[in-house]
Amino acid sequence: MGEMNKEGATLGQAIDLSQFYQIFFEEASENLERMEQLLLSLNLSQADDEELNAIFRCAHSIKGGAATFGFSDVAELTHQMETLLDKLRRHELRPTSTMVDVLLESSDVLKAQLARHQGAAGDAPETTDLVQRMVALSQGDDVAAPDGGHDAATAPLMVATRSLHMSVGPLRDRSLADQLTALFREITGLGRVQALPDDRPGMVSFQIETTASDDELMDLFSFHVPRDQIQLQVWSPGAQPSAAAVSPVAAPAAPEADSGFGLFDAEPVLAPAVQDALAPEAGQAVIPQTVVAPTVAPAPVAIVAGAAPEPRRLDVKADAKADAKADIKPATPVTNEASTLRVAVDKVDQLINLVGELVITQAMLAQHSQHLDPVAHQQLVANLADLDRNTRDLQESVMSIRMIPMSVVFNRFPRMLRDLANKLGKKVEFVTHGEATELDKGLVEKITDPLTHLVRNSCDHGIERPDERVAKGKVPHGTITLSASHQGSSIVIEVRDDGRGLSREKILKKARQQGLVVSDQAPDAEVWQLIFAPGFSTAEVVTDVSGRGVGMDVVKRNISALGGTVEIDSSEGYGMRVAVRLPLTLAIMDGMSVSVSDEVYILPLSSVVESFQITPESIRSIGQAGRLVEVRQEYMPVINLEKIFSVPRFDMDKSSRIMVVVEAEGVRSALMVDELLGQHQVVVKNLEANYRKVPDVSAATILGDGRVALILDVSGLVRRARQ
Amino acid sequence: MYSILAVDDSASMRKMVSFTLASAGYNVVEAVDGQDAFEKAQTANIDLVLTDQNMPRMDGLSLTRKLRDTVQFKSTPILILTTESSDQMKMAGRAAGATGWLVKPFEPNRLIEIVQKVIR
Repeated sequence: MGEMNKEGATLGQAIDLSQFYQIFFEEASENLERMEQLLLSLNLSQADDEELNAIFRCAHSIKGGAATFGFSDVAELTHQMETLLDKLRRHELRPTSTMVDVLLESSDVLKAQLARHQGAAGDAPETTDLVQRMVALSQGDDVAAPDGGHDAATAPLMVATRSLHMSVGPLRDRSLADQLTALFREITGLGRVQALPDDRPGMVSFQIETTASDDELMDLFSFHVPRDQIQLQVWSPGAQPSAAAVSPVAAPAAPEADSGFGLFDAEPVLAPAVQDALAPEAGQAVIPQTVVAPTVAPAPVAIVAGAAPEPRRLDVKADAKADAKADIKPATPVTNEASTLRVAVDKVDQLINLVGELVITQAMLAQHSQHLDPVAHQQLVANLADLDRNTRDLQESVMSIRMIPMSVVFNRFPRMLRDLANKLGKKVEFVTHGEATELDKGLVEKITDPLTHLVRNSCDHGIERPDERVAKGKVPHGTITLSASHQGSSIVIEVRDDGRGLSREKILKKARQQGLVVSDQAPDAEVWQLIFAPGFSTAEVVTDVSGRGVGMDVVKRNISALGGTVEIDSSEGYGMRVAVRLPLTLAIMDGMSVSVSDEVYILPLSSVVESFQITPESIRSIGQAGRLVEVRQEYMPVINLEKIFSVPRFDMDKSSRIMVVVEAEGVRSALMVDELLGQHQVVVKNLEANYRKVPDVSAATILGDGRVALILDVSGLVRRARQ
Repeated sequence: MYSILAVDDSASMRKMVSFTLASAGYNVVEAVDGQDAFEKAQTANIDLVLTDQNMPRMDGLSLTRKLRDTVQFKSTPILILTTESSDQMKMAGRAAGATGWLVKPFEPNRLIEIVQKVIR
């Protein structure tokens, strides 16, 4: 850069602001989320000052950025929100449920506006009515009053009411000044005018309150009085116009139109006497202090993953009462903004990929060095052991970069449930556990839709209406609990409700109607799984919220695609629990390798139950339908991998001698394999991206010897065996 | 080379100011709020402070007062970035001891102009 700060040297270059857009969009999105959370948990009767300030700052921050980067629609709307929020934080207005609703609505509109700026299709959202309502609320009206202050539809949205001092003259005919005051009567919304005493010859003074800009006023006034005879300045109470003090042009009276910059020494307007009166005691600000204790950093709510956390309770009642109290404040972010780094996601993905390759290479090294004489090659063997450890550590570290807390997913639900419960006339309380549980970012994005569907289901079909609940002896409000926890190498996310639960009868009936064959003796777990069948829905009334039967099978498919499983538990009349189990990361998996002839296959270790040698007596054939094997008095289907994958057999001495019992979605089957080769971590390579989707195969990996091994889709195999 | 302390809780604004001033040859130290700014000011040789007003932990005016109370920064130029140039804001700024104000939004080149004017 060098010494380029000579006057004018670099001014010619235009600075491209678009490079900052992405940061702004992310920031705005975070601000909107925070604002929404704060609004939802705001205690209306005892609003916390710090919270009000925080909400104000969210809107203010978005406005600043939007204005700077040229997103004027966003800037205008946030300006309106800011006006209302400013009054709230200064306690000039008390927060009401209506205000919260309007602000939440505005936040939705902002999201839509920002989405459009990022390329989303669609028309610009309508803001006129919303702004009108907000302006009315800002002025203390509870209902939108079109003729309240000024006509919001036509008044310039960006400008707040300003107080001005107008000097007119010297006039030979003082009645011309009356023409000016008449303008204020004639034009609705122009503002208010009040004459002031002025003993200067031929001069007339007024105090004006208006939302119009100086230019607009001048345009109007110049019809009656020449422009050079009108002076507008910012109003200073107590300031008496005197020939010396009035300086028309340099005064910062038209801040938006003029310089927008000033140095305090150059302030011309105030007469010395006034200045003394106005100069507050040293150090005391004139505007109310923002209520922030500078020396006390906000104590982060410590949430330790794995420890039993306090459940957060957010009352999402259909009729938000003014005395509804939020029990626990929203958790302040634990990381300090100054110590984080924004990194593009594909950079992280690239890093993970490279580490994956490193793991494979290291595994190859380990394999080739297995038969080295440890005594002769002591140093080498020791170094390889170190490398193994280092690679493992590196892998764990890199994986953790992409981990983000579940709270990111959970955060959308309070708002969603509030709106949904409202709509359905139900009362729902929402409880979360384990928000700090971490999950790979890629999984988070994919788990959000299925989880949303499950939660909506609980609210729509599970939780009964208050009168129904009371009739059953339950409390009028239903509770939906969302929890996340690590279990081994998986993350388990549960959606639980205390609603009406699943009806075994209805499900069996519906299943038979659809032609599915189910025995009356089938265990509950199996019956619940039926609701995942395509087109299945026992809802009597298909609401537009959920229940078109499109949902559950898609949920199941999405989760299976992520290598996960869905379990259902239900007790009719008491409630339902859906548990989604997902591998912690998509990229690395604990696997068990097995061989069939010359081929090696990998089974997810989490799906392996046990293994044993085959004895001829234990296998029964059932005609064409296949074979069953008996394991401790339980019969399960046999899956013949050799047949399914048409594995060629060259060595007739070898055959499948071992059964590996696997379990998927609560159902077990036995795979026939030649040998068990061992357990180890495998780097999962996406088959679909590199080749295409293959049935019964979920992914592939590269073994230490360089061969490709297929990772089997256990759920798919088990399902097929049952048919 | 002059050093400027740019204080704003909004990352996009901070980056924009930082980039703009860096392209004009200034060294920029970034801070996310008043507290952070005051701490960083202790160890960096600051020739000008550009601060936003509304920030968590410590706002712009409080930062200004705190700096003015410190011998080292009694006469360091401090400009408050504000989204409105109301009388109240200006009076508060002056009372806190700020050197001047600058209204947001501003053109990047304008910022450079102003900084060049104010820094001595």
